[in-house]
Amino acid sequence: MAFKSYVLVCGGTACQSSKSEEIYKNFIAELEAAGIKDEVQVVKTGCFGLCEKGPIAKVLPDESFYVKLTPSDTKEIVSEHLVKGRPVKKLLYQGEETKKLAKIEEIGFYQKQFRIVLRNCGVINPEDINEYIARDGYAALEKVLFQMTPEQVIEQLKISGLRGRGGAGFPTWLKWNFTKEVNDFPKYIVCNADEGDPGAYMDRSTLEGDPHSILEAMTIAGKTIGSNKGYIYIRAEYPLAIHRLEVAIQQARELGLLGKDILGSGFDFDIEIRLGAGAFVCGEETALLTSIEGERGMPKPRPPFPAVKGLWQKPTVINNVETWASIPVIILKGGAWFANIGTEKSKGTKVFALTGKIKNSGLVEVPMGTTLREIIYDIGGGIINDKKFKAVQTGGPSGGVITADYLDTPIDYENLQKLGSIMGSGGMIVMDEDDCMVDIAKFYLGFTVDESCGKCAPCRVGGRQLLDYLEKISKGKGTREDIAKMKQIGNAMKRASLCGLGQTAPNPVLSTITYFEKEYLAHIDDKICPAGKCKALITYSILPEKCIGCGLCARRCPVNCITGEKRQPHVIDQSACIKCGECYSVCKFGAVARK
Amino acid sequence: MNVKTINITVNGMPFFVHEGTTVLEAAKLVNVKIPTLCYHPDLPAWAACGICVVKVEGSPKMFRACSTPVEEGMSIITHDPEIVDVRRTVIELILSTHPNDCLQCLRNQNCELQRLAADFGIREMPFEYNINQIPVDDSTPSLILNPEKCVKCGRCVKVCQGMQNVWALEFLGRGESTRIAPAGDVLLAESPCIKCGQCSAHCPVGAIYEKDETQKVWKALQDPTKHCVVQIAPAVRVALGEAFGLEPGTLVTNKAYAALRRLGFKGIFDTNFGADLTIMEEGSEFVERFVHGKGELPLITSCCPAWVDYLEKYYHDLIPLFSTAKSPQAMVGALSKTYYADKSGIDCKNIFMVSIMPCTAKKYEIVRSESMYSSGCQDIDVSITTRELSRMIKSAGIDFLNLPDEDADAPLGIYTGAGTIFGATGGVMEAALRTAYFLVTGQELKNVDLTDVRGIEGIKEARIRMAGKEVRVAVAHQMGNIEKVLDLVREAKVKGKELPWHFIEVMACRGGCIGGGGQPYGATDEIRKKRLAGIYKDDTLSKIRCSHQNPAIKQLYAEFLGKPLSHKSHELLHTKYTPRPLYTR
Repeated sequence: MAFKSYVLVCGGTACQSSKSEEIYKNFIAELEAAGIKDEVQVVKTGCFGLCEKGPIAKVLPDESFYVKLTPSDTKEIVSEHLVKGRPVKKLLYQGEETKKLAKIEEIGFYQKQFRIVLRNCGVINPEDINEYIARDGYAALEKVLFQMTPEQVIEQLKISGLRGRGGAGFPTWLKWNFTKEVNDFPKYIVCNADEGDPGAYMDRSTLEGDPHSILEAMTIAGKTIGSNKGYIYIRAEYPLAIHRLEVAIQQARELGLLGKDILGSGFDFDIEIRLGAGAFVCGEETALLTSIEGERGMPKPRPPFPAVKGLWQKPTVINNVETWASIPVIILKGGAWFANIGTEKSKGTKVFALTGKIKNSGLVEVPMGTTLREIIYDIGGGIINDKKFKAVQTGGPSGGVITADYLDTPIDYENLQKLGSIMGSGGMIVMDEDDCMVDIAKFYLGFTVDESCGKCAPCRVGGRQLLDYLEKISKGKGTREDIAKMKQIGNAMKRASLCGLGQTAPNPVLSTITYFEKEYLAHIDDKICPAGKCKALITYSILPEKCIGCGLCARRCPVNCITGEKRQPHVIDQSACIKCGECYSVCKFGAVARK
Repeated sequence: MNVKTINITVNGMPFFVHEGTTVLEAAKLVNVKIPTLCYHPDLPAWAACGICVVKVEGSPKMFRACSTPVEEGMSIITHDPEIVDVRRTVIELILSTHPNDCLQCLRNQNCELQRLAADFGIREMPFEYNINQIPVDDSTPSLILNPEKCVKCGRCVKVCQGMQNVWALEFLGRGESTRIAPAGDVLLAESPCIKCGQCSAHCPVGAIYEKDETQKVWKALQDPTKHCVVQIAPAVRVALGEAFGLEPGTLVTNKAYAALRRLGFKGIFDTNFGADLTIMEEGSEFVERFVHGKGELPLITSCCPAWVDYLEKYYHDLIPLFSTAKSPQAMVGALSKTYYADKSGIDCKNIFMVSIMPCTAKKYEIVRSESMYSSGCQDIDVSITTRELSRMIKSAGIDFLNLPDEDADAPLGIYTGAGTIFGATGGVMEAALRTAYFLVTGQELKNVDLTDVRGIEGIKEARIRMAGKEVRVAVAHQMGNIEKVLDLVREAKVKGKELPWHFIEVMACRGGCIGGGGQPYGATDEIRKKRLAGIYKDDTLSKIRCSHQNPAIKQLYAEFLGKPLSHKSHELLHTKYTPRPLYTR
C-alpha cells in the first residue's frame, strides 16, 4: 500500500443525498490542513448497503465503520483517528447487541451476507477502472477472449445454474444459447437497467458502485453469441448511475477494453447507453426493446422471443443488471463454484433491497436458500420499535405478501412462487401490525394501474376495477361478493394479460385475500380497519378520564379541530377531523383513542 | 415452394399445417372459430384484447391464438370452462369501459363487441361502469372520432401507420387514460389525416365512423324547391348488396338505381359516366405529355381524393406530375349543374347533387378547393358513403332485394366497361390505356383486357407499345405501398436517370375503391377479391368497353365541351393542387 490509511466514503445515491459528497470533500480538506494528505487517501465508493446508517465512511486498514456522519464530523475523525490513531468511538457503528462494534465483519448486517454481485460496492472507486482491474476486473473477459470457446462459456453458465435475476428466473445459459444458435446478424446485447419497483434499488447501486462489471459481462456475452453491439437501457432518473456508466465506458474504451480489436483479440464490441423516461412497463423486455427502437414502449406478444427476434427484429440477449454482474465471477471461479451456493434449483446469491418497517434498511446480498427470518431478523435487525412482524412483500408490485407462518421458508424462485409471490427483481418490503393489508394491496394496485401501458384490456381495465373494489372496501362499502369478483378479475388478468406487468399485477390483491381474508372481512362485515389505516373506518376521540388537558394535541392538529380549556379534557370536532393521526401519536398519556 | 409442415392437435384432433401458421388460423382449418376482438386479417396481430386465449398442453400459461405460431407437437385446447370464463371476464371488463348505448350507436347490429357480448350470453354487467369522457373530434368533413367508444384494439393506429403510412393516428396517454388521437393531441383536421377512412372500416365498434349526412339528403328530398339528382360510384354497385345479405361482389347496379328513384331522386346519374370523361381528359393529358412533351412525366392519376391529400402533404415536389383532371365524382357534379341544368332548364341553385361513394375522403373532396364550385354553385352538395345509403334504403322501408331492375337517366347515366373498372385497383390505368392507345395510334386495342394491372398485388407494372414507343406504367394501391414507387421516381428525377414509368395510378385503399373506407364493414382480401370480380364482370358484360366510344361522352363533347382539354373542359373538369402542411397547428 502506498498510503498508510484509506478513507472510503460512500458515494451511493442515498448517502449522497445526505451530504456524503460534502463529507468526501471535507475529508480531503481536513487531511490537507493536517498535513497528512500524502499518507491518507480518500476514496469515493459505491453503496455499502447499510443505507439506514448513512452517510457511511470506512477507514482502512483498521476497518473502522463510521455511520450517520455529518460534514462537520470529518474534522474530529481526521485529527483524532487519522493523526493520533484513536478512532472516534461516538461516531462508530453501535450494534444493538454489544453497543460497541467497530469492525465491519462484526456487524450483524454483514455477517450472513455473501457478496458476489455487490463484491466491489463500497470497496472500490467506481470511477477508476484501475481499481476494478486490481480486483480481478476484466480478467474474465481476457479468459473468454483467449482461453475459452463460446461453447465453453455457455457450458460454464449452464453448470453455474444462473437464472435471470430480473424476475422470472429463466436459465441464463439457455437464453444465450438460443441467441448464439440463430444464424441472423447483427445480434445485440442489452442490459435491462430499467429498475422501477417501488423501494427497489439493487440495480442502481450495482451500477453506481461497480459499473465495469456490467460492461465486462456484456462484452463476454458479445464474444460468446457473436454480437458487436450492446445497449444499456437505464432510466433517466438514475443520473449518478448514468454518469458512472459513461465514465466507465470512456475509460474502458481508452484502455482498449471496449471498441475495436479488444485487447488485440480481433473482437470488436461497443456499448451505448439509452435513457428511458421512467415508464415501469419498459422493464418488460419487449417493451424495453421497442423503446430502444424509438417507439412507444409497449410490450409485444412472445413468441417470437428476443433471443430470436429482438432489437430491430434481430437476435438479442437481454439480461438485467444483477445477472450481468454475476457473470464475470462465474467465468473466473467456474460454474461449479457458483452452483455450490444456493438451493437445488436456484443457485448463487440474490440481492434484496430491504425496506419498510425494518431496523437496518438497505441492500443485502445473501445466498439463495437463506430464510426470510434470517434476512429480516439477523440481517435486518428486526422490526422497528420491536413491533410485531405482519408480512413481507417480495417482488414489488408483481409479488405478494408472505406471512409470519412462512418466515422459515428458504428463499428461492420456486418457494416464493408456491407462496403466491415471486422473486421479482428483489424488492423486500417489511410490514408490521400497523400496516393494513387492504391498504397495502391498494398501494400496489395504484402503482400498477398508473404504470399499465394501456395496450391490453385485462391489465388496463382489470387493474382499475380491482383498485375500485379495494377503495370501496377500504371505505367500508365493500361486500363479500366484491371479493369473489376481485378473484374473478384477478384470475382473468393473470391468464389473459399480455405481459408480466398485467399477469402479476393482481398478486398483491390475491395474496392478501388468501392470507388476510379476515382483515378484508373486518372491513366488509364489521366496517373496521384492524390496523387503523383506512381513514374512512377510523375515528379518533379523546378519553376524558385520561386527558390532562396539556393541549399538545390541539397545538399539533393541522386543522385545529381539537378544543378544550387548559387542564380540562379536550374534544375532537369529528366533522372537521381529517384523521391524520397526529393527536394519537403525540399524546403522551394514551388519552387519544382510535377505533 | 419448400414449406415445412408442422404436426399439431387442436382439441385432440391431429392434423398438420404450414410452418408460420398461427394457432388462430390453424383452429379455423378444423372449424373452430376462436373469438377475437383486436385481431384483423389485414393487420399483424397486435395481441391487445386478450380474448383469443387458448391453452397449450404442458404449459401453465394461456396463449393468444392470434399471435402464437404453431410449433411441432403442439397440443392446443381452444375451449374449456376456464378458458371461456377468462374470455367472458375480459369481455365484461371491456364492456365496463364502453358506453352502454348500443341502440343509439351507428354500429348497432354490426358491432364486433356487441356480437361477442351476444355470443357469450352476457345478460348483466357484473362490474361498475368506468367510462373515460373524452370529447368527440368531428373536425374533418369525413370522419368522426368518438374516443369514448374506443376499445383500444389498436386497429386504426396500425392501419393508419402501417397499411396506409399516413401516421395521423397514435396512442396517447397511458394505462386507463390511453386513447386514440393524432400525435400531439391535435384535431384530425389539423393532422396528416387523408380522410381515407380505413380506420373507420377497420374499427370493430363505433369509435371512428363516417360523418353521417343522410339527414341533409332527407331534408333536400323533402324540399319542394330542390331538384335532387344523384350519382353512384363504380365500387358501390359490387358492395351495396352486402348490406342486404347478398354475397360480396354481387352486381346491384340496377336495383340501386331503382332504390334511389324510390327515395325521391329526379335524376339518376352514374359516376361511371364521369369516369369515362376522366379518361378522355386524363388520357388526352397523357398523350400531350408523352407524345408532345407538354408537361412532366410520369403522369400520376388524381381520381382518389385521399391520395390527392397525401401527395399535397407528403410530396410537394411531385405536384407537377399530377393529372389536373378532376375525379369522376367531381366531373359529374360539375356537369349536373351546368350541362344537365342547361338541358333541363333548371337553375343550378335549385339542383341538389348527391354522390354515393365507397369513400369517406369524397366528403372532403367536394369542398377541397374553389374548383369544386366550378358551376357557380357547390358542384356536389352532399357525398354519402355506401354504408349511409344502405341505412337510407332500410329506413325508407324499401325492399331492396325485390326491387325491379331499372336504368339510370341519360346522358349522365350512360357508361362503358372502362368507366366501371375505375372502382378497382389498376382500373383507371387499364381504362386510360384502352383510350390512350386509340388517341396515340388512331386504332383500337385488339385485346382490351390488360390483366397485368389487375389483382390485389400492392404494386403492379405493365408495358405496352404504342406507335413504336414503349409505355411503362405502374399501379399502386393501399397508401403504404406508394412510397417505394415515388421514391424511385424522385431518385430518377434528381439523378437525371431514365424514368422507371411514364404513367402511374394510385388509389389509397387496398384493392382500390372497392375496398374504400365507406364500404360495408368487414372487408378482407377474400371479400375484396369478390368485389373485384364483380367489377370486372360489369366490364365484361358491357357492350362498349372503351371510354372514347361512349355515345353520351361523344354527345357531350359535341354539344357542350368541344374537345378534351378545351377551355371549357379546363374550367369545369380540371383542378389545381396546393402544397399543404402535415400539421396545421
